[in-house]
This record gives sequence, structure tokens and C-alpha cells, in this order.
Amino acid sequence: MRFMRRFLERLANFAGRRRADQRLREEMDEHLALQTEENLRAGMSRGEARRRAVLKFGAVESVREGYRNEQSLPFAESLLQDLRYSFRQMVNSPGFASIAILTVAIGIGATTSIFSVVDATLLHPLPYPQPEQLVRIQDDLPGAGARDVGLSLPELWDLQHSGIFQYVSAEGAGSVNLTGASQPARIFFKPVTPNYFAVLGVKPQLGRVFDPQDQTPGFNLEVVISDGLWKRAFGADPGILGKSLRLDNDTYRVIGVMPPGFRDQGRTSEERDTELWAGAGFAGDPAPPPMRSSRLRLEAIGRLQPGQTIEAAQSRLDALVASLQKQFPADYPLQSAWTVRLVPLSESFVGNVRQPLVLLLGAVGLVLLIGCVNVANLQLARASARGREMAVRQALGATRTRLVRQLLTESLLLSVLGGLAGIALLFCLKGILLRMVPDSMPRFNAISISWSVLLFALGVSVFAGAIFGLAPALQAGLVDPSNMLRQEGRGSKGSRSQTRTRSALVVSEFALSLVLMIAAGLLLRSFWNLYKERLGFNPQNVIAVQTWLPVPNNPESDIYRTATQEATLLREILRRARSLPGVEEVAVGDLAALPLGHGHNDLNPYPLIREGHETQGKQAPIIDGSIVSPEYFRLLGMTLLRGRLFTDADVETTPPVAVINEAMARKYWPNEDPMGRHLKLNPEKSSWTTVVGIVANARSESLEEAGVPQIYLSVYQRPAKDLAIFLRGRLDPAAIPEQVRRQVQSVDRELPVFGAKMLPDVVSGALSQRRFSMETVLLFALTALLLAGLGIYGTISYVVSERTREIGVRIALGAQRKSIMRMVLRKGITLAVAGATVGLVAALIVSHLMAGLLYGVSPADPLTFVGLTIVLTTVALAASYIPARRATRVDPIIALRYE
Amino acid sequence: MAEKSDVLQGTLALMVLKTLDVLGPQHGYGIARRIEQISGDLLAVNQGTLYPVLLKLEHEGSIISERGPSENNRKARFYRLTRAGHKQLQAETRDWEQTTAIIARFFEVKAEDLS
Repeated sequence: MRFMRRFLERLANFAGRRRADQRLREEMDEHLALQTEENLRAGMSRGEARRRAVLKFGAVESVREGYRNEQSLPFAESLLQDLRYSFRQMVNSPGFASIAILTVAIGIGATTSIFSVVDATLLHPLPYPQPEQLVRIQDDLPGAGARDVGLSLPELWDLQHSGIFQYVSAEGAGSVNLTGASQPARIFFKPVTPNYFAVLGVKPQLGRVFDPQDQTPGFNLEVVISDGLWKRAFGADPGILGKSLRLDNDTYRVIGVMPPGFRDQGRTSEERDTELWAGAGFAGDPAPPPMRSSRLRLEAIGRLQPGQTIEAAQSRLDALVASLQKQFPADYPLQSAWTVRLVPLSESFVGNVRQPLVLLLGAVGLVLLIGCVNVANLQLARASARGREMAVRQALGATRTRLVRQLLTESLLLSVLGGLAGIALLFCLKGILLRMVPDSMPRFNAISISWSVLLFALGVSVFAGAIFGLAPALQAGLVDPSNMLRQEGRGSKGSRSQTRTRSALVVSEFALSLVLMIAAGLLLRSFWNLYKERLGFNPQNVIAVQTWLPVPNNPESDIYRTATQEATLLREILRRARSLPGVEEVAVGDLAALPLGHGHNDLNPYPLIREGHETQGKQAPIIDGSIVSPEYFRLLGMTLLRGRLFTDADVETTPPVAVINEAMARKYWPNEDPMGRHLKLNPEKSSWTTVVGIVANARSESLEEAGVPQIYLSVYQRPAKDLAIFLRGRLDPAAIPEQVRRQVQSVDRELPVFGAKMLPDVVSGALSQRRFSMETVLLFALTALLLAGLGIYGTISYVVSERTREIGVRIALGAQRKSIMRMVLRKGITLAVAGATVGLVAALIVSHLMAGLLYGVSPADPLTFVGLTIVLTTVALAASYIPARRATRVDPIIALRYE
Repeated sequence: MAEKSDVLQGTLALMVLKTLDVLGPQHGYGIARRIEQISGDLLAVNQGTLYPVLLKLEHEGSIISERGPSENNRKARFYRLTRAGHKQLQAETRDWEQTTAIIARFFEVKAEDLS
């Protein structure tokens, strides 16, 4: 307390120090006057009287200074002094200052922009209260080679009653027809267990959410809508509560509206864009009866008990799983090794972007560091020019700490100004930069320049200033004033240790930029490898438009229930679509058949039961399937290897047939001919499906994976509800969606038509995150290369100017210009080689850390490593060439007269 | 250096307070003269150090100052004890007497007294 009071007093004095100082001076003057007067009266001469008085009084200045130091804040005072001096220094050398500030501004701006993405995604991944309690619950069947197979309803209930969680909810994801408005609209919706919002811990802005205790087996016919839907479709009607709306021909009642900022969780951006939530128990129509064996395609999330760690919850969960396996041995055969995993919800949310983002942050950090090194180099060059100034100040009694502090203040001033400029730059370029970020980035909307981002920028500026200020400041502290001053008139000459420091800085700069360049090179090669990868299908000139056949909760009222009913509709839609202008071919398939464009929930995994392969007591392998019309393969240019494709003659009444891909043939009939083999995709069905054809592999699931086993079924034999209409031809992408909509709705006016996608865009979209990190790192690497080139140029120029005299002497003594050139270039090459050696080792470490981001290229790819080392050395040579030429032009007479 | 001036400052403050107590309102020069007179040459204080002490005392509220005419009609700043200053003087006098008494006793003690 006392300390505080004292400090506050001092602070007040600091502010009002002029007044106190003034007063002190007045009083002292008065005292001296009085004393002088008295001395005069004693008979002294005027001069003597004054002198005696002053002598008696003592050192006025030191008294004043002592008083000031005690009463005020000497630190703040000298800081102000330093700042004032630094400003003057800056104004005196505007060229240096602007280069330094610009370098720092670019570095800080870039670092801060990447940090703002990291802040939004990695640091604040979940916009819900107590996000650390939220987990995703995934179950795997490692024995059957299947991951994330989905929980069955009894399993969900087991979890809910286990006491491990506060709440466990399950949610589906899909889209639904909202009718009743002017246009049937397609909106993303989630059927969720009524405790869903209790898990997330979010309250509605209007009305209420579902009652967490609601036990309705099927849909409880209550919906909660998003703020966006409320404003768009209902004009922000304050009386929305209790109103009904029609979804897939069923009537629901609106009970609540979520707040404006609310975004749903989920793995895909579609899920996160959910606009409507319907409460459902998943135990009644349209869901199958709850049995352990029927796994639902649901995601389960839970909120842990307060204070419970994930590890503790996981071990309790393992015990629960073990006891369930004992209790129901038929449902959980040992071979399939059923396990349930808890994953932090944030992990499943941002897990796949963590590595690229960390890489980007690292890359941009390196750029900033290189920038700092450059500024430090500039500072050092200036320090040798200011050597005399420092020496004079030291000789006049400035302490070393005081000098170091002064120089550090100058650096900090530069870096903070640079930081401010960087932030300003960021604000100006915000729009452009955001456009570079792919929309698929989770929490894309949350990216902003927040207070924490600004604080980060400020912290980094100070840190940067300390980095590039430290070396020059310490160097200056080592100046020996007597030596320095004795050199008067001879031009300043940097010390040996200064040259060494500068060389070390350039070497580190080279090493850092080599690391960046190699990282960029590897990413570029990975991207290129992926880009030129044979897709196995031809996306050119193909547009896919989605539609959805409503699924009423009561199956009896479904007018497209059987394959024959649906086939009539589809054939009519296809016939009409074929007549559209420019259309050459049309086909239809389910969403899983949409290459690369489908989300996780659109995949249809089936258990695969092969005739003749015993799967009793053993979980069947899980396989992804697509449901397509016969024209699908030809339209996408997929190659038939053996057998036949579907024909229009394969209908509900003929024996079911399947086409498989090469990967599936290899994996499941390794040493046999799969043609004509029988299989079932549903253990309960009695009829077998016959394999009639094998097509080549296509990268339709992910660009990275070539050989994913796939099975194709005919849509005329097995109806699908989530449909994509494929059109190939010279199409007008602006007009097609509307034309298709008109044709489809002339068949059934209740059907929505939405989500038109051009397949080439979809393919490049699948590359977007990679392209983003590749382009950004490449940009950083080029910046780094430029900075490193400037750094080596500066250092070599400095060395040359320092040795001008020596070079002059050499030339006067008959040295060849060529050998002078060689001497200077050798210096540059030495630095570059030293930098490259360090850089290669560091790059090897970094490239292994980022191995997960590479595709088709080894982390130690010799071509990249050698090639970029050569590029860097060439840049070093070029940068040293200019000062080297200058060295050869040294006129010995002028150089010697310099003396 | 620092220690010495600490001691001096402490005693100087006490001297200032006592001087003002005895003589009533005084200007800085008068206080300096008085202290010089009483201590003689024994206390060779730089007179300059007096003024920071005066400012500090005033800041702490022990004395207040106002401008008024001095003997020869110069404008001068006169210092006067406040009520708090009186109290402080009494307390410090007590402390000082105690301290000197203790120190004096230490000096009186001879080796044989301790055995």
C-alpha cells in the first residue's frame, strides 16, 4: 500500500514536475540573492560576494537532479528523453526509418493476418459455453476395417444413462423441402434428439428449445429455426412462435428462434449452415425399430460432467463398452473389436486445418524473423556510422546501460510504428485477404481483427523490436570511446566483431529463407502432383443439379416409395432435361455419386456380404456405394474394364445387378474373378445381387486416395431420395439451374431444385485448402528470398566500402580487377554456403514435420532440396555481383587520398 | 553517498521543524542562517540541500508556505509549521531523544559491565 501511494505521488510529481522544479529554482535564486546581499554588506566586492554565496550554497544542478530523481519517476523521464531523441533520429534519417518501418509493417501485417485465422479457428474453435466439456462420440469396428460407423439407439441410451456425461445427443444431417413459401426451398436441417441444445448450452433468442426430457419416439413435430431463416423466409415475424410450416409434406410447429450469431457444429460447412432443427427420438417412423444391430447414420456429441477430463471419461467409457460386449455377445463379436472413442469436439471441428495453419503461422513467423534480421543489419550499418556519436556521448559521461537503452528505445519506436502501420495495412487489405481464405475453413465467419489479434500484433511488434534492436545496441555498448575518437577524420571503420555479427545475421537469414523455400517447394510439388493426377472421370462441361424426393414420416404416404414409382419420375425428368439447349447427355445419381462434392453424411456405407465368404460371427466389411442411372458412367467418362454397365432393362422386377470398381474387385475377390459373383448389401434381404461389370478406379471420394473400393447400384432397382441430375454439353451455367428447375417442377411441382455445381469447380474446390496454403507459403518464401537477397547485398556492399582503401592499395600494387571481383564474390558465396548448410538441416527437420501435408513427394525430395539451394546461391551471387563490380571500379588515387 | 544524505536529510528535516517551532514563520534563507548559527562549523551542510527538504516537508503537509515581504521588502516565501507539523515535531523529538539515549547508554557501557 505504501509503495503504491509513493508511486502515485511520484506519478503526480512526474506530471507536475515542471512546477516543483520551477519553484525549487526560484527559491534557490532567492537564497543566493539574499546571501550575496549579505556578503556585500560584509564588504565584499560584487563578484566575490556572488562567488562566495554560490560556493556556500553548493552544486545547484546536482541538488535539483537529486531532488527530481527522488520525487519523480527517473525511468519514465529518461524514457521520454529517449523517445524524443529517437524521434529526432528518425526524422534525421527518413530513408532508413521508412525502410525499417515498411519491413516491419509487412512482417507484422502478414503475421497478424495469419494469426487472426488461427485465433478464430484454433484458439476459439467452438462458439459455445465451456467448450472443453464438449466431445464427439465415435465408434469404430477396427476388426471390420470400419471407422466411425455410427451408434445404434440402444447404445445411445446406454451412454445417456452411464453418468459419464451431462447430456448425450444424436443428430442427423440433411436437407429438407420447405414448402408453403413462393418457391419450394431446400434448407439444411438436422433431426436432433431433444437434448441437443442442452449439450451445446445455447439459448434461443425467441421462444424455447426442445425439452431435454422429451421422450417422443419419432419426430415430435417441433422445430427450432435459425435467425437467418427467420429473417429470410418469415420476414423476422415476431409472432412466428406456434406457426406451422411444411417440411417434406409433414407439418411442424416453430417453437424457437436461435440467436443471430449462432452457428451449428459439424464437420462440413453444410452442417454448420444448418438453419432448422427438428426434435426426434429416432425410435419411431421413419427410423427403423431400435435394435443394437441397426446402426444409425447419426453423429453423437456429449457434454462431460464438469471437471471431468476426457481421459477419465474415456476410461469409464471403455469399462462400459467391455461390459456391454459381455452382455450382448451376439451384437458385438470379438473379431470386430467394437470401440467407442471420445474426441474433443474442437478437434473434429478444426482437426484437419490445424497442420496447415500451424505451417502458415510458422512460415509467416520466419518471414517476420528475416525482416527483423534485415532491419538489424541496417541498424548495424548505421551503428558504425554513428560510432563517433556514441563515443562522444560515452566520453561525456553517458553510462553504457544508458546508451543501450537509448538504442533499444530507437528500435522499439521503429518496430511499434511498423506494427501500427502493419495493422493499418491489414485493415485496408482485409477484404482482399479474406477472399484468399477458402470458404471451407471452419469458423470462416469468425475471422476478424479482434482485440486479442491487436494485442498479439502489439506484442509481436515489441518482440520484433527487441530482436532487431538487441544486437546493434549491445554492439554499441562495446565501443571503446578513446579508440573511436582517436580515429578522427579517418572515416569510421566498423569493428571486426561488427562484421562478424553482420555475417552471422546474413547466414541466419539465408538459412531461414532456404527453409521457407523448401517448404514452399514441397507444397508446390504436392499440389502439382495432385493436380495432374488422373481423376478417373472427366469433369469437363458437366453440371450437377440437386433435387430431393420428400420423405414423409409415414412411409405409406410416400408416392415414390418403390423403385418402379421413382423410375417413372426419373425417366420423365431425364427425357425433359435431355431436350434443354446445349445438353448432350444426362444422367441421375444419388449424392454419393456426386464426385468430390458430397459431404461426409452423403456417403452410403453398406455392410458387404459375399456369397461363399463366411461372415457369420464376424462383422461384414463396410463399403461405400453409389446409386446411379445407366448413363452415369458414360457421362462422366468412366472406363468399363470388364462385363457390362447397367441398361434400361435392369429394373425392379429383374434380378438386381451391381457394377464394382477395380479396387473393390482386388480387395474382396483377391484371387478370384468377381464377375457373376453374388453379394448382398443388407443382411436381412434374401435376394442376391450379381456383379455384372468392373469399372476403372476414379478419385470420386477424395483426390488423395485412388483406390477406394466402390460399388454402384442401379437407381431403377434401388430408389434414392437425395438425387443429383448430371448434364453434359455446351451449357450456360447461369441459365441451367432455372431451366432444370422448370422441367423438374413441370413433372412434380413440389420438388425443389438447388445446389447447381459445375464439376470442374468442384474439383478445384477440393484443392482449395491446399492451394491456399501452397500459395501463401510460396508468397512468403518469395518475400523471404527478396529480403535475404537484400541482406546479402547490403552486407557485401558494406564490406566493400569498408575495404575501399585496401582494394585501392591492391589495385595500385597491380592486382587484377578479376581477382578483386573474385575476392568479393568469394565472401558472398561463403556466406551463402554457410547459410545453405544450416538451412538444409533445418529444412529437413521441418519437411518431416509437415510430411502429412505432402502428396506424392518425399520430405527429403532431392530435386527440391538441390534445386532450391542452387536458386538461393544464384541469388546470393547476383546480390554480391553489384558491390563486387563496384569494388573493381575503385580508383586507387581517390581511395588512397581518402586517408 | 546515498546513506549519508539519508541521515542528513532526516536530521535536516528535524532541524527545520524545530527552527520554525522556535522562531515562527521564516523564509528559506533565514532557516539556513539559523541552522548554520546553531550548528556552527560542525555541520558543513551545503545550503542547497535545504530546499528539497523544504519542498518535501511542504508536500507532506508538515509545513505550509506563503509569499510575503521580507525584512528588506523583497518578496520571499515564508514557511510556517502546521498542526500536523507540530505533531510530527513532537513525535520526532521523542524518537530522537530515545535514540540518543539508547546510543548514549551503549557508549557508556564498558567491557567489565558486560561480564
